[in-house]
Formats: sequence, C-alpha cells, structure tokens
Amino acid sequence: MNFITLDSETDFDGWRKAARALALNDVKPSNVTWRVAGDAPELFEPTAAPLEPPPGTFNVPAKFVELAEIAILHRNPERFALLYRLLWRLRSNHDLLDIATDPDVAEVAAMAKAVRREEHKMHAFVRFREVGREQTSHFVAWFEPEHHIVELAAPFFARRFADMPWSILTPDACAHWDGHAVSITPGVSQSEAPTADRLEETWRRYYASIFNPARLKVLAMHKEMPRKYWRNLPEASMIKPLIEDAGRTASAMIANPATEPHKPQKRLEPAKVNDQASEMARKHADDIETLREEAAGCRACPLWKDATQTVFGEGQQTARIMLVGEQPGDKEDLAGKPFVGPAGQMLDRALEEAGIDRRKVYVTNAVKHFKFVPRGKIRLHQKPNTPEIKACRQWYERELAAIKPDLVVAMGATAAQSVFGKITPINKNRGRPIDLDDGTRALVTVHPSYLLRLPDADAKAREYRRFVEDLKIAADALRKSARAA
Amino acid sequence: MLPRKFASVLVRAVLMRRSLRKFGLTASSRVNPRLAHLFMICSNIKLTGPAESIGIDTFAIHEWNQRDSTMDVQRKLEILADAAKYDASCASSGTEKRDSSDGKGLGSTAPGMGICHSYAPDGRCISLLKVLLTNACNYDCLYCVNRTSSNVPRARFTVDEVVKLTIDFYRRNYIEGLFLSSGIIRSADYTMEQVVSVARKLREEHYFRGYIHLKTIPEADDALIAEAGKYADRLSINIEMPLEKSLAKFAPEKDVRAIRRTMGRLRLKLDEAKENGEIATKAKPPRFAPAGQSTQMIIGADTASDKTILDTSANLYGSYRLKRVYYSAFSPIPDASRALPLVPPPLLREHRLYQADWLMRFYGFDAGEIVDEAKGMLPLDIDPKLTWALRHRDRFPLVVSTASREELLRVPGFGTKAVDRIIATRRLTSIRVADLARLHIPQKKALPFIVLSDHRPSPHLLDGAELTERFKPKTTQLGFGF
Repeated sequence: MNFITLDSETDFDGWRKAARALALNDVKPSNVTWRVAGDAPELFEPTAAPLEPPPGTFNVPAKFVELAEIAILHRNPERFALLYRLLWRLRSNHDLLDIATDPDVAEVAAMAKAVRREEHKMHAFVRFREVGREQTSHFVAWFEPEHHIVELAAPFFARRFADMPWSILTPDACAHWDGHAVSITPGVSQSEAPTADRLEETWRRYYASIFNPARLKVLAMHKEMPRKYWRNLPEASMIKPLIEDAGRTASAMIANPATEPHKPQKRLEPAKVNDQASEMARKHADDIETLREEAAGCRACPLWKDATQTVFGEGQQTARIMLVGEQPGDKEDLAGKPFVGPAGQMLDRALEEAGIDRRKVYVTNAVKHFKFVPRGKIRLHQKPNTPEIKACRQWYERELAAIKPDLVVAMGATAAQSVFGKITPINKNRGRPIDLDDGTRALVTVHPSYLLRLPDADAKAREYRRFVEDLKIAADALRKSARAA
Repeated sequence: MLPRKFASVLVRAVLMRRSLRKFGLTASSRVNPRLAHLFMICSNIKLTGPAESIGIDTFAIHEWNQRDSTMDVQRKLEILADAAKYDASCASSGTEKRDSSDGKGLGSTAPGMGICHSYAPDGRCISLLKVLLTNACNYDCLYCVNRTSSNVPRARFTVDEVVKLTIDFYRRNYIEGLFLSSGIIRSADYTMEQVVSVARKLREEHYFRGYIHLKTIPEADDALIAEAGKYADRLSINIEMPLEKSLAKFAPEKDVRAIRRTMGRLRLKLDEAKENGEIATKAKPPRFAPAGQSTQMIIGADTASDKTILDTSANLYGSYRLKRVYYSAFSPIPDASRALPLVPPPLLREHRLYQADWLMRFYGFDAGEIVDEAKGMLPLDIDPKLTWALRHRDRFPLVVSTASREELLRVPGFGTKAVDRIIATRRLTSIRVADLARLHIPQKKALPFIVLSDHRPSPHLLDGAELTERFKPKTTQLGFGF
C-alpha cells in the first residue's frame, strides 16, 4: 500500500506529482491511500520514502488536467483516489473522457460541475459589509462555501472590485485584496466578520419591492438560491414574511375596485388607420412628401402586418428617370429607404458606370412593403403575388403622376408587371424603350438582386455588363430628351 | 513610491469621497428646487394625489426636512422598484468582457453566464437594480401600474440618486448593474435624455464597468439612441401586446409601428457596430449595445392565441435579431383597471411559451410546427416538445446511435448538452438505458421514442392512445410552483 500525503485540501500540484510517479511505477489505484497533511491521526501510517518517478513521461489529454484542477476542489474525500483511477484508465484509453456515460467520467464531471456551480454561487451571494467610512473603508464579507473554492473564486472579485480594498472571510481560507494583489490567509470564525452594513435596510426594501406577490413560485427560488446560503444573505430575513403576506396582497389587488382617477382621463381614440382603398380614385398629382405620409399607413394588402414600415420612393421631384424595383428587402425595411442594401450597392455601381447620377433619379419599388418568412435570425425574401402588386400599383401611379419622368426603368419581372399593368417578360422586351399609353416611355431590365444571386462568376460578369448596357440606353434617352427640350 | 495599482486605489478613494460629498450636498439642498422641478416634469403628476406622493404633498415636504436623506431615497426606491417589477427582463449576460483590473473604475461583466445575485419568492432572479427614473407617465396604458389614470404614489429619482444607489449596491455585491426605465414625461426625447444621463454619469464620471440595460423610448432622436448604445450593454423596447389591435385598444398612445421602426433602427446600429468590429483594418466602430436588444410581450391580457404569440416572436427574432423575447404573464396590479382580466397570472402558460421559444431558438423548430394549427394553444399539461413528438409518432422511434443532430434534438427529454454528449460518446461506445441517467435524460420521457442498444419500444406503445395519458400529470395540480 502506498500512502500519499498532500500539503492541503487544494494541493493540485502535489497530487499531480504523486500521481505521475505512481502511474509511472505502475501502482494500481487500489494500492494507493490518499490523505491531506493534518488529517485525523488514525489514518497516519509510516510511509516509505516517496516514490521517485522513473525516467520517462506520458501524456494525458489537456482536457483531463483542466477537469482535475477543478474537481480536486470538491469536498468529497474520495476525489484524489477517483482522479487517480481516471488517470490510470486514461493511459490505456485516451478517448475515455469523451465517453460521458462512463461512471468514473460522469462522477468526475459531476464533481467539477458542482465546484463550478459553487464558484458561481459564491460570485453571486457574497455580501460585502463596509467597515469604516468612505476614504478609509474596507469591504468585508463572510461566506461559507461548500467546496474549497476561495482561491478559485477570488480573482473574479479582484477584477471586479479593483478600486476598493476587500476581504472575503470563510472557515477554510480567507482572500484579501489590497488594490495590488490577492493574498490568501487561513480560515477564521464568523465572529471576525462585521455584522451589519448601513445599506442593508435599503437593499431589503428593494428586495421586498421588486417581488411580485401575485406570482409566488417558492420552489423556483429554492432551486436557484438553496436555503444553505440564506444565513449570510441580508435580504433572506424578508423571505418568510413576504411569502406569508403574498396571498393576502395578491387577492387584495384582484378584489379591490380601481379607484377613480384624480384627474379624469380622456381616452384617445385609437390612431385612425388610413384606409387607402376608398381613396384609390384620387388621381391628381400630389407632392411626393404628401404621398409618402399617406402611404405610411397603407393597408391595401396584408403585407404591412409583418413588415416594419412602408418603404416609399425617394429622389427629386424633378427627376427625369424613375427606377422601379420589386420590393424593399431586409435592410430597406429597417431603414425605411429604397435600395440601401446589397442590391442597392450593386445598382449604385451600375448607375455610376452608365453615367447616371443616382441623386438625380427617382428610385422606388413596385411593392412597398417587404414580403418575407422568418427563418431563425434571418428573413427569407418572398416574391409578391399579383393581388399584392395590384394593390400597391396605386402608389406607383401616383408617384408617376407626381414625378412625370421621361423614362421609367422597370427592373425585374414584378416591376415590369406593375409598370406595364400586365405580365411582361424581360428578355423579350429589354434593350429598347417602349412607349406607354400615357406618353411616358419605359425600359425593361433585370433586377440587380438577380445579379447577386447568380452563382457562376462568368455569368455574373456577363449579366452585369448587360445590365449596365441597359442603363446606358436610359442615359442616352435622357440626353436626347434633354437636347430636344 | 507606491505600486501603481495601489496608488490608483488611493486616488479613487479620494475621488469617491468627493463624489460622496457631492451627493451629500445634493441631498441637503434638495427641497426647494425639487418642488419647482416636479412641477416641470409633467402635468400628469397628481398634484392632489395621495399623501404619499413624493414631493407633491406639503406635509410630505415638511416631513422630508426632518428626515434623514437616506429615508427619502428608500421610500422612492420602494415606489420606483415596485413600478419596475413588471418588466421580466433580468439578463446580465452576453455582453463584452470588461473589468476594472486596470485600476481605474469599478466593476466587471460576466459575459458567458449572467450572475443572479438573489432570488425573490416569485422565483425571479435579481441581477440588476431594476428601477424607473420616475413612475409619472403621460401615457394611459391600461395594463400598466404606472398609467396616468392610476392612483399609485408617484416619485422621481434624481440622476445622482440612481447613480449613487447603483454604486452603493454594486460595491456590496448585491447587483450586476442597472436596469433603468422610465415613465414618459414631457416628450420621448426628454425622457430618453434623462435615462441616458444616468448611464453617461455612471460610465464617464464613475468609470462604472458593470452591466447597464436601458429602456429605449420609441421615436427618440437618433443621436440619443446612439448615445444610449454607447453606454448600455443592452437596449430594449417592449412590444407589449402580441396583437397590434390590442395595443391600440389598451395603450392608445403607443404605436406598434413606431416601436418596430425603432427596433429596426437599433438593429441597423447593432449590425454596423458588429460588422465594423469584424474588419480589423477599419477604424473602431462606435460601440453599440454589445448585448443586443430584447423585448417583452404581456401574456393573457388580450385574446391572442399561443400561435399568434409565437408567430409574433418569430417575426421579431427574424426582423430585429432580438436576443430575447420575454413573456410576462399579465399579473394583477395595484389599482388595476377593470377593463382587464383580474385573475391570477397564467404562469403555466407563460412557462410553456418560454419552452416553445427555446424550441425555436435552440432546437431548430419553426414557429408554425410547435402549436397544433387546429387548436392554436399549447397544452398546459404536457410540454411543447413532447406534444410535438406525440403528434409526429411516425418519426419515431429514433435510433440514437445513427440519428442526426437535428433529429436527436427533437426527442423529448433530450437537451442540447445531452445531444452533444451523445454524439461524442456514440463514436466510442454504445449507449444503453442505464446510461441515460448519466446523460441527465429522464427515462420515462425519452424511452418510448428511442432505440438504444438494449432497448426498443414496443410498436403498440407508439401507436396506442394511452401514450399521451402516460405523460399527463397524475393528480390535478392545484397551483403552479407552490
């Protein structure tokens, strides 16, 4: 039998050194007894000189060292032996730690988890009390951790409360911060700790006020804040009276009739929803800003419900070219402006190459709300259907009447359908201006987002060239009409 | 020479004392300015209101003169915490890593896992000092304890009072930081400015590094929102009601469209801060709420079905990349309006909605498949994942040794961590019934749906009607959580 004596309950380095020597000497786990210096004397057995590790070494997964460093802080006296057994078994099965169903692995993992949880609870439930006032004050806490976690938990407090001197006193060990470094001293008794703080009454009142007596869930509280912590929590004295009073308070809130307001309130009528359908007949040329305000409340089709806002057209009222896209996308919906997302950037680039100043064109969409389905954290674009295009056409017509452009550029099938009032294939009609009934001329081309979707780089470059060529036709038409005027 | 860190502690102590003295001054000279101040706040403060209303009643003012200043702040704290507790949000996680180990300032964050410093008997975590700046409000939202037509006592903190309380509580390790909201007084911009000035003071004057959650006032000016994002870890705007028409009815001054537009503005700013942060060559982006944005929906005050609620959540998650949608069972409030259902809050329904929300966010479920279309409501007696499995028995039993991660996530009783462990373990060894406990999987729930190396459920079990009965609670539950 090998007797190993570790320096302290948290002597990981001592355990590691001894375990390495034992393993290299092929000492079976069942032939080792572990103890900590200062333990009960009956466990004391004279030991032979400590085993010297034979030359050589062996590897364990880094994960094991991390796990063992934490699990060794558990108060279970069997932990040293259990960790050595795990180490012993790891030598023949390097992947053992991945087998979550192995009893040893599960037990060590559970111990490490308990230590981590206790560390977390210590971060949460330590309560400092101020000793002395202001410039000379020192903050002191009393805590009774279930495992040996004082050293593990202390750096958290040092990082958090770097600008104040503090001490955390516990029966096992105490941690102190002087603004410079953490020091650890032996445990003390609770009588060393301060018993009150001037803020505790305020804190208790806060605790009582933030509690909602109408939703008593005592078990949920117990689960997260077990009773063992209560004796060192200043607010815990409120728990019993609050629970006792809760039923009465809650039923009083239900039973008592509402008092008359001291100042009579006039209930405002719910904001009037603009029902555009009835006003569709209006044909006179409005100014764009008036249209924009009116369209903000449009309910002509159901798309408004899921969208953020109406995305109306944008540009100068004097614009000679009107660009019509399909519908706003994700970015446009959030920003409330057309063509500000990836397709907008593509359009900007193409317009520049074609020699068209975006600031001088009017940009809008055939459908003015974003149609999508949510998929987790993204929104998948959906093509608008004919009723939606038709419902939205009134806005296009009124924008057209207000802007009176020389040329309308319909980008994509949806825009073409809206501009021509019927389904209009793009490839058959692109490349030449077409006269519309009202005397305006229209040009059909693809939508810039079509270019973004093309997977093949060559096709993308080719289609982009064609798109720019189409826009150049628009630019030419514009120059001609300017000359004619 | 003192070591640098220690010297800075001493410097901080002096600064601290100075700021405390400043607070002291504020406290002793507060009476007259306050009266004028309160009259300015808004016309809706009850000038003839209950005697408790702070700063309104002449007796109360007289009494203040006699009182210790901390008493006064305590009473305000009671009123303004009471007014804030209906906001369910408590998170202090998910933000950037920050601490004060440079010796300048106070506080740190716990990015991985928020810290709950206490729990109230309502089972809710107390992580942040959650208060309103004032509970005076121009709005008359029927479901709200602070609506203008309610006769609850009113109070208003000064900016310095909130700052001092936050720091005093923080130093004693009571809290992770501050959650600050406010009733709407004067205007959206004025209110937002007040809220932002608390955060500004904490960050710029006290170098406070703890967590700050600010309520965003819809329609507030863009510059104020940008500043709020500069100081806050999280911003939130409550959508309040799952149905737009309910909000119009219960909260006539609120406008869902304005709320959504502001959520949209927040997302654009969040995206921008994140995108720029990823490109190392670019100048550092303006910091903007690293813990993102969240919202809250009140459950049970209107007639919305669970399906509607989850659809609304899915829309909000997708549209504005919310970190969380909080569901808050409508709870009776003091001096409640008769227009609302004054019944105990539907806590179990709230719990089921949270479970369904988790299924959407971590288990790959779509909003549409969680609720039985025909019913529109989640059953209260069986959890949503089990209900889903019982409706889709053709997909089971699932062979655990070969099923995909997506399939495993849909097995009742299998959590995300258990699935990760199963995937690591099954490469090396087979999984048996006895192993389920070590994987923290409840046998009773999972066994009818899975095939293990030593287990195969009887075909009759999956086909039979009694399977559903097995999962129903044996006795009638008298209450939830008692």
